[in-house]
Amino acid sequence: MKVGVVTFPGSNCDYDAYAAIRNILNEEVNFLWHKSDDLMGSDLVILPGGFSYGDYLRAGAIAKFSPIMKEVIKFANEGGLVAGICNGFQILAESSLLPGALMRNDHLRFSCKYVNLRVENNKTAFSSCYKEGQVVRIPIAHAEGNFYHFDGEVEKLEANRQVVFRYCDEQGKITAESNPNGSLNNIAGICSERGNVFGMMPHPERAVEEILGSTDGLGLFESVRLATSTMTTADAQ
Amino acid sequence: MTDSQKAVVYVRLKEGVLDPQGVTIQKALEQMGYDEIEKVRTGRFFELQIDGNAANIDQRIDEVCTKLLANPVIEKFTVEKA
Repeated sequence: MKVGVVTFPGSNCDYDAYAAIRNILNEEVNFLWHKSDDLMGSDLVILPGGFSYGDYLRAGAIAKFSPIMKEVIKFANEGGLVAGICNGFQILAESSLLPGALMRNDHLRFSCKYVNLRVENNKTAFSSCYKEGQVVRIPIAHAEGNFYHFDGEVEKLEANRQVVFRYCDEQGKITAESNPNGSLNNIAGICSERGNVFGMMPHPERAVEEILGSTDGLGLFESVRLATSTMTTADAQ
Repeated sequence: MTDSQKAVVYVRLKEGVLDPQGVTIQKALEQMGYDEIEKVRTGRFFELQIDGNAANIDQRIDEVCTKLLANPVIEKFTVEKA
């Protein structure tokens, strides 16, 4: 698997993602500079967390016009795998590669803590190494993670099974108390209708080693590795 | 030679979209004794200075609003030209 991690001005989780891929998964990974137009043959492009362009205007709003995003959008439209984490999710929503919008947390505070997530759909390229209904512990760190979409559209997302992760309690129950930001239907992570673009507010790259407090984020990267290896096998046949 | 023109773009959250900042401000006002203010909705505005010779300016401002200044999923905009 060859991974590209985009670095925007203001990205601050690009090294975390890079380290997770290189040191823990032992896969090839390159940084992709925001001014570049070369995805370097990546099988997976990660838009990392941070505050791209200072979060000016709206989180993710300016990043969508950077040169690298033109290529990312093209790649995604051709079926390439793209994952947005935190600010990366906001950028994907602003770019209309994913539906909905990430609004200010309902309590208005920046929230930095471990949360529990329930795996809602393990039939995606980003979640196949999890069990459906499995509860995973992954940290969040955001002020604008309140997923919103207008009436009718959320129902479509649910019907298409595009909700991949939902905030839950330790037992896997979807409760108001376990929702850290006011997201509709406790939505924490979604994929595109086609399934090749994925975004989540929690940080799986920060949960890949025991010393970090959790290894539950590993499954996400392992799922993509599995998906890219089967894609390559299928292409070869 | 034409002077530059000005336009002001107001971006607001759509009706029905929760505005936690507005709610917090309203609660603060209530605590300050201004309890006649029943609701606050926040938004932002942009002042644009535009080349007076530019063509199709209304259409282009509209594009600017839709593509960048407002997020059509949650926000609406109005334009006032001075």
